[in-house]
Amino acid sequence: MSSKEKELWTAKLRGVWQRNLPVEKLLPDTQPAYVSSWIYTFGVLTLSSLFVIIASGVVLAFEGPSWYHLSNVGHFVNSLHFWSVQLFFIFMVIHLWGKFWMAAWRGRRVATWMTGGIAFVASIATAFTGYLVQTNFDSQWISFEAKDGFNSVGVGAWFTVTNLGQMLLLHVAFLPLILGVLTILHVLLVRAKGVVPPIDAFDNGKKSKGART
Amino acid sequence: MSSPRIEDLDSQPWAGRTRRYDIIKEGTIALLVVTLLTIAASMFFGSPDDKQLTFKSWAAVAPSDFYQTAAHEIAGTSESAGYGAPYNSASDGVNLGPLHLAKIFGVSRPVNSVNDFVIVPLSTQVNTPEVSAALKTWNVSDSKMQQGWASKYDDALTKANGDQAKIPAGALADFGPVPAMISGLLTMAQSGSLDAVLLSQGNYFQFDNTKQTLFMGDGNYFNDQSTASHLQGDTWGMMNETGRYPGQAWLWLYSFWYQIPPFNNGDQHPFGANADAYIMVIMGLLSAGLVFIPFIPGIKNLPRRIPIHRLIWKQYYKQENL
Repeated sequence: MSSKEKELWTAKLRGVWQRNLPVEKLLPDTQPAYVSSWIYTFGVLTLSSLFVIIASGVVLAFEGPSWYHLSNVGHFVNSLHFWSVQLFFIFMVIHLWGKFWMAAWRGRRVATWMTGGIAFVASIATAFTGYLVQTNFDSQWISFEAKDGFNSVGVGAWFTVTNLGQMLLLHVAFLPLILGVLTILHVLLVRAKGVVPPIDAFDNGKKSKGART
Repeated sequence: MSSPRIEDLDSQPWAGRTRRYDIIKEGTIALLVVTLLTIAASMFFGSPDDKQLTFKSWAAVAPSDFYQTAAHEIAGTSESAGYGAPYNSASDGVNLGPLHLAKIFGVSRPVNSVNDFVIVPLSTQVNTPEVSAALKTWNVSDSKMQQGWASKYDDALTKANGDQAKIPAGALADFGPVPAMISGLLTMAQSGSLDAVLLSQGNYFQFDNTKQTLFMGDGNYFNDQSTASHLQGDTWGMMNETGRYPGQAWLWLYSFWYQIPPFNNGDQHPFGANADAYIMVIMGLLSAGLVFIPFIPGIKNLPRRIPIHRLIWKQYYKQENL
């Protein structure tokens, strides 16, 4: 690469990408032998649940918010959305606890932990707005109760849980976008940094320093 | 202090033993498993969808509760009328110690209980001569007169436990047009037109249900339905769902604080009265704590001290004699 090419932002970005995330890391065909516990499956199960949530959510969005009250097919798609969210949180919480007990932030993986943590909080916000846009008794009551919490700290001035239009837009557009970006970042960081070695792992005279960062 | 060599193993690419791994196959199988689980749960259990409450159903099922709530609204004694920011400036709202955070940001979502819940809806329709005359009398009277009528009627109705029949007929002159207006509003609710008018407030397009929610929340009907469905805050309501379905279980920690002192000490206690604000702050701090665990002394060392990792990597430790 010529020196002029090296000055290009595009070339610099490509270089950084290739150094940190070559295709062998992105799509690996081997992994460390210590990755052999069932706990490792909960990350990919969480991601799979998110796919089902998005797929069922897209169908619900296309048909509009009243569809599932009126149609059996709509109610079934709503059920798919409902149960995939339940599975998503079950898998994500197990994944989170697993990663905590692995101290998975070790070895410059703090950003991986933090993107995961923020994604967890963003997921709660996204699910919460989902419960608000059900347009049934549950959403009526949740909006009535939740307004007090948000109003109490001044957030209610912008985030109005009783405003169905605002909640619907946040639920189907803004929050999934944020969650999607966080998820992609998290997965790319996992691939780039690799799976954290066991605490006290020992290899060729090098030892893991355990839970200390 | 750890040596640089010890640092190396965690942060460098793994150079030890590896095993075959097909990431695409793993992802495909996981997606298939989750899809099948979701379909099975949906087929066997369905999903909750308890019908929404309306002003029509309220006025039909609990007309006296609706009637008394409307009296509270017009007298300014309802919960929403005295709420404070962001709806009105009737009170300081809840506090966080010396801070009234909602008040700082002002009345950003104005709601006037008398006008928005009673006068505007009545003004949108053709009323009976009696209600029309009452509305006209109200509109041409000064606010002191209006407040006097409304307060007296609200007090009398409260003393009579909401039963209009128990109010002495001789006292009716003290209430001016208020009883006729509330009767007109009840008729309007029973016909179903109040639902639409409260939402539209004179507009064609409308997406904001704040006014309906506040009005309905001021009565007992909505509250009673919620109690019957185990959705009240003091019974872990935020994480519950109608019927026998799982709700937002991930909000358990948020709901937890409402179940314990000092936050469940009632509105007479400063922490009970302002629990919403304190709990929001606690949850904000705990959420930030989760994200920043790698930097929190003590917490970040727990995984080493409590050897659950020995179970996770049991096979590895055994093979390496560690």
